[in-house]
Amino acid sequence: MPLLEFNDRGIYCPRAQVYIDPWKPVDRALITHGHADHSRWGNKHYLATRSAAPVIRHRLGEVSLTTVEYGQVTTINGVKFSFHPAGHIIGSAQIRVEYGGEIWVASGDYKLENDGLSEPWEPVRCHHFITESTFGLPVYRWAPQEEVFADINAWWRANQAEGKVSVLTGYALGKAQRLLCGLDHGIGRVYTHGAIENTNEVLRQQGVALPPTIRVTSAVPRKDYPGHLVIATPGAIGQPWMKKFGAASVGTASGWMSLRGARRRRGADRGFVLSDHCDWPALLEAIVLTGAEHVYVTHGYTSIFSKYLRGTGLNAVALETDYEGELAEMATKKEDLDQENAAAE
Amino acid sequence: MKHFAAMFRRLDRTTKTNEKVAALADYFVAVTEEQDKLWTIALLSHRRPRRTVNSRLLREWAADYAGIDPWILEESYHVVGDLAETIALVLPPPTEADDRSLSAWIRVVESLAEYDEAGKREAVLAAWQVLETTERYLFNKLITGNFRVGVSQKLMTRALSQATGIEETSLAHRLMGNWTPNDTTFQDLIHGASATDDISRPYPFYLAYQLEGPPDGLGNPADWQAEHKWDGIRGQLIVRDGSLFVWSRGEELVTDKYPEYAPLADLLPDGTVVDGEILPYAAGAPLGFNLLQTRIGRKTLSKKILQDVPVVLMAYDLLELAGQDIRQWPLARRREALEGLVQDAGAEHILRLSPTVAWEKWEDLAAERATARAQCSEGLMLKHRDSPYRQGRKKGDWWKWKVDPLTIDAVMIYAQRGHGRRANLYTDFTFGVWEGEQLVPFTKAYSGLTDQEFNRITNWVRRNTVERFGPVRSVKPELVFEIGFEGIQASGRHKSGVALRFPRMLRWREDKPASEANTKEDLLAILAAYGG
Ligand SMILES: [Zn+2]
Ligand SMILES: [Zn+2]
Repeated sequence: MPLLEFNDRGIYCPRAQVYIDPWKPVDRALITHGHADHSRWGNKHYLATRSAAPVIRHRLGEVSLTTVEYGQVTTINGVKFSFHPAGHIIGSAQIRVEYGGEIWVASGDYKLENDGLSEPWEPVRCHHFITESTFGLPVYRWAPQEEVFADINAWWRANQAEGKVSVLTGYALGKAQRLLCGLDHGIGRVYTHGAIENTNEVLRQQGVALPPTIRVTSAVPRKDYPGHLVIATPGAIGQPWMKKFGAASVGTASGWMSLRGARRRRGADRGFVLSDHCDWPALLEAIVLTGAEHVYVTHGYTSIFSKYLRGTGLNAVALETDYEGELAEMATKKEDLDQENAAAE
Repeated sequence: MKHFAAMFRRLDRTTKTNEKVAALADYFVAVTEEQDKLWTIALLSHRRPRRTVNSRLLREWAADYAGIDPWILEESYHVVGDLAETIALVLPPPTEADDRSLSAWIRVVESLAEYDEAGKREAVLAAWQVLETTERYLFNKLITGNFRVGVSQKLMTRALSQATGIEETSLAHRLMGNWTPNDTTFQDLIHGASATDDISRPYPFYLAYQLEGPPDGLGNPADWQAEHKWDGIRGQLIVRDGSLFVWSRGEELVTDKYPEYAPLADLLPDGTVVDGEILPYAAGAPLGFNLLQTRIGRKTLSKKILQDVPVVLMAYDLLELAGQDIRQWPLARRREALEGLVQDAGAEHILRLSPTVAWEKWEDLAAERATARAQCSEGLMLKHRDSPYRQGRKKGDWWKWKVDPLTIDAVMIYAQRGHGRRANLYTDFTFGVWEGEQLVPFTKAYSGLTDQEFNRITNWVRRNTVERFGPVRSVKPELVFEIGFEGIQASGRHKSGVALRFPRMLRWREDKPASEANTKEDLLAILAAYGG
């Protein structure tokens, strides 16, 4: 019996009878992080890191959720489980599974660059490594985040000079806060879409220091916006909610923006290449650092990336999962969107 | 090239016309080297340097330089959808900086033609080593002869007008014709003596907008001239100083490709410019566009092809009469002059008058449009009788009213992932129609649905895959789509025996079970009715 196997519900540990990031309801689910495609609704019991718990509760409501510290070992039927920083978003973890000297790591989503908010990624030595491949092609190569933020801030200043509002989009959990922290708050005020501000509140309450923001509400006079910046969810673009800002320039921050076709189709005025996933060099570096000989490639360019890894002498296979990568992360809590749109009518 | 790359990034990141024009105008003002401005004008008016490196070699060198296997470069290319961009992205960052001008780099590109393979390789790698991503992308486009920018010649002309203070229409005329950056200078082209020095110089084409919905809103029928929208190639025929020149809409001089027009140099008076359609035509009727296509690609025209696909010029407008530019005359007056000229030429086998439709009420016109396919036309053209001959695409005076697409309901049988942002979605589908119990594949289509629909279909494809062949999956024959297309022809190369023109998905027929999709017989019936 393998320590972990892959079935139609998710990544399963038969010996401990628990799942990691299942996509169909199960009894016991170990959750790598709070994005919708990794922490789904309907499981009986959840286990996640302490810093991931508040946003999971915010999304799923009152569920039976046990929390652990990074590095803390939970033993179930002799199998040792521990959570290690993945650097993807606040509270995100790689889940290490050990039994009889064999070690597996399910890494969920991860990135190597320290964004100053998420607990920084740490390599975890293992024999079997489960990796995402959202940007697992050699065309994806990120510039250092300082350069990207310099571009974003310059764009904001240029819009300000023209009296325009800068509307910057990023998904509500993770990207929005990373943007918020990278902005030069000396330029002007930062407003937030309600779905993002709800997440900000949850994070502030758990002690995360975020720069000051103002929630976009009907109480804010329209004349207050020009020259300032609004962080919005991607879904808010083109909605009636946008009307209140008048002349605006829309910027989108995502790894997909590194491709010209994607930048042009997105319909944003500016695309900034900023991702909470690994680029190609980082994926390869991470895999080397784990020392794993067996690699299982999930969401993204699974077949291409696993074929490439086989070429480097690893025992790699592509897996079909229901994880969705940046597309799912862009999804916002539906009630949050409805609420905002209702307020805009 | 830094200036040019920065301007390109500005152009590329906006969809707003004003911002594009501003980016170009700023560039024309900021750049001091005139040869760079001249090359920029050339590149933005389809005068790109010839291809000097074939893309197979380029792929090899890039994979080698990036230290990756060729197959993963190919896969990346499939995702990105553009070879120049793929290569620009996979190469490691530059090791040195280089601030040579655009024209200096174009000299490098042109000089490649003289090198052998090893020499080319050395020069291309040396360039990649010093260029940053956007510059590499542009360089790759230039050496593969694929340079294209999302800005029309009209907008470039407007920007140049803002930067130089010279009137737009005058510039537009100066920029047309047969010049290349190697045989003129910026001064001569833009500020030199009269543009009419060049007797081959054509006028900018006037392009019509597509009419959405019925034309009743256009007002009084008596104000409008109607004719068929011929399915050939838009062309401008010029006779000046006893010489004949034929220009296609892509601003290509194609005189040699249509030798049958040669007698018109004598049959039309000097100082004549006719706008019309280069149309395959025999026995008193147009032939299908696909026939013309078999002729377009050829380097040399055999006797047989000239016999099989003879062309006429279907004339519909007159721009120059007795050496005088008459584009400001109202259409009705130009038409009258054109009729006289065509009649006097008496060369019906090569120069015909595009007939106007006799009609009174909008209903008459709808009835005429219904016959369009049978007449081998794409629909109707509506032109205001008072309209001048404008330049570029302008709304209001000229409209095209195309026929509705042909349609058939088909079953999805294969799915393939899309490119770029859609690389994780299944967007490219192959469709089949029933032949007994079998589905015969007959077309591919990849556009026409919303992102949300593609999302749902992708989920469905994942759960209903039967077999995988590389990036392609065969799926359960369940989903039905209405496929729209502009034309159909018999084809020996396709299993189904037909080839469609411009196929796309009109809608997802969630209301229809696969068993109710159309059959191969239905498809062949459409071929019988409209093929040709
Ligand atoms: Zn995630
Ligand atoms: Zn994920």
